Amino acid sequence: MNWRRFLAVLVARNKEFLRDRAALSWNIMFPVLIVIGFAFAFSGGDNTEYKVGVVASDHNADNPFMQLNYIQFIPVDNPSLAQTKVSRHQLDMLIDLNNNRYWINDSSAKGYFLERLLNSSAHNRYSREMLTGPQIRYVDWLIPGVLGMNMMFSALYGVGYVIVRYRKNGVLKRLKATPLNALEFLSAQLASRLWLILAVVTIIYVGTNFFVNFIMHGNYLHLLAVFALGAFSMICLGLVVAARLRSEELADGMLNLATWPMMFLSGVWFSLDGLHPWVQKLGQVFPLTHITTAARAIMLDGASLGDVAGHLAILAVMSLIFLLLGAFLFRWE
Amino acid sequence: MTPLLQVRQLSKHFGSVTAVKSVSFDVPKGMCLGLLGPNGAGKTTTVEILEGISKPDSGEILYKGEALGKQFRDQAGIMFQSTALQEFITVAETLQLFSQLYSHTTPVSELIKSCSLHEFLDRDTRKLSGGQRQRLLLAIALINDPEIIFLDEPTTGLDPQARRNFWALIRSIKARNKTIIMTTHYMEEAYELCDEIIIMDHGEIIAQGTPKSLLARHYNDVILQLPLPGNLPDFTHTTGFQVQQQDTLLELRSSDVNSTLNQLLALGMSLDGLRIRERTLDDLFLELTGKEMRS
Repeated sequence: MNWRRFLAVLVARNKEFLRDRAALSWNIMFPVLIVIGFAFAFSGGDNTEYKVGVVASDHNADNPFMQLNYIQFIPVDNPSLAQTKVSRHQLDMLIDLNNNRYWINDSSAKGYFLERLLNSSAHNRYSREMLTGPQIRYVDWLIPGVLGMNMMFSALYGVGYVIVRYRKNGVLKRLKATPLNALEFLSAQLASRLWLILAVVTIIYVGTNFFVNFIMHGNYLHLLAVFALGAFSMICLGLVVAARLRSEELADGMLNLATWPMMFLSGVWFSLDGLHPWVQKLGQVFPLTHITTAARAIMLDGASLGDVAGHLAILAVMSLIFLLLGAFLFRWE
Repeated sequence: MTPLLQVRQLSKHFGSVTAVKSVSFDVPKGMCLGLLGPNGAGKTTTVEILEGISKPDSGEILYKGEALGKQFRDQAGIMFQSTALQEFITVAETLQLFSQLYSHTTPVSELIKSCSLHEFLDRDTRKLSGGQRQRLLLAIALINDPEIIFLDEPTTGLDPQARRNFWALIRSIKARNKTIIMTTHYMEEAYELCDEIIIMDHGEIIAQGTPKSLLARHYNDVILQLPLPGNLPDFTHTTGFQVQQQDTLLELRSSDVNSTLNQLLALGMSLDGLRIRERTLDDLFLELTGKEMRS
């Protein structure tokens, strides 16, 4: 490994990326537009139904509170998860009929009305538990996924597609004729794209946060670490695609094959929880699922790196496999 | 003295096609060697094997008496037939990039001067004209101050003006006692620049020598051209020349111009519009390969 040669290729690649203004601005504007668009689309029209989580055994189903109309009563198995949902305004109230307790969020108007209804209709006195927490909007839930998706496109096309183009038009052949070796070339491509992705993700985050003000309960450095490992794994996947292909059309097809399932089955746009178990299992195969889940846990739940270590380990193993495969398969021509 | 480059029994197949068949030659230091041949003759394959870009199936290449090793890439100057350069970087930055890839380099400022790059130094490589582009690619080939330089069809696609400028550059490289191996489609180019030429066809060497010696060896005649007369005379009793009828021309190959002209006059032919030309490499090439060079 000759660092002078590595650096020369790195610098040239950075310049190429930063000077391709059209591609660069699209790279930044696209996710910003998505996030801001969704923030507006889901900002008004809250649905009007009241949602109450109920911890109960069968014999108290005749409780008069439970006979009220226009309230959706949802049986709860896991009370602590339900409490988290109340604190995030995903449930308006949690009621434990066995122990005569209820939980509401002090900043929820619906919780206030439900409390009044409960006290006026029920026979028993219930003890009140207060929870606090801001509402989790769809856009808060969406942003980790959109950032992950942006990294995926940037890594796969910026490395995979570009190396195939270099091979087709002869840039690689000319470089092969110099003392530059494959390790220096590939690691320079990887390093260049990695820092550029992290810079762009930071710009998008800061830029959209200015308008939307995301919920962020975790540590920014931890989030950055998840994104760094995630981007690394995606770039390594790009190296596998780029290892041999000469045709840009075929590369485009293969990149589509990699990106489309990830876009829809990695929980970027909607939670995988309600889907068929088979689909959920499939989702675990994709690096984007682990990036999105880990980033979401840090942002929404304040998780630490230790809490998401499982996802990080999977990403690390995937990266290693992709990297070895990409390096092993790589041909200049 | 050992030749700078020795090529022994080089062969290369692509599937069932034999691209290069048992080719051997020597290149002494300071020589400009031209590889000529029709498309698909094996020129580029041969050159790319010499450059170390592709591996031969069999055969041996010795550089300064030793087998080609990895360090040869650091020592050879290479200009491919068609090369894209990285986009969105300028000519100066491209030179900078390549100069950092080699361990021993010519100062970039010297290359800018010798290849006349100063006018478009800050231009994006995508916006260069054909001639500017070839000059930049030549500068890149010279960037590691190589003793041996490979040029694969360096002037293909250039206009006559740009081609002549490029020839001047190659002559200036020759003047510095560099060894050059070039392929070309243009006989005139080979005649102007090369000390020795090798004509290849179907992967084999079919002729080799200095341009003048090749012509002298194959030809002792000149070509006389006349406009095709209305009534073709009877040539059955003439001697010392052959007649060929082209579209609108009568072509006569003669080793004794005086005798031929006298016989034509005796047949009552008009010599108006007569042209006499010497044999060129083009003729030799067509005769040896049976193919049109520029097709």
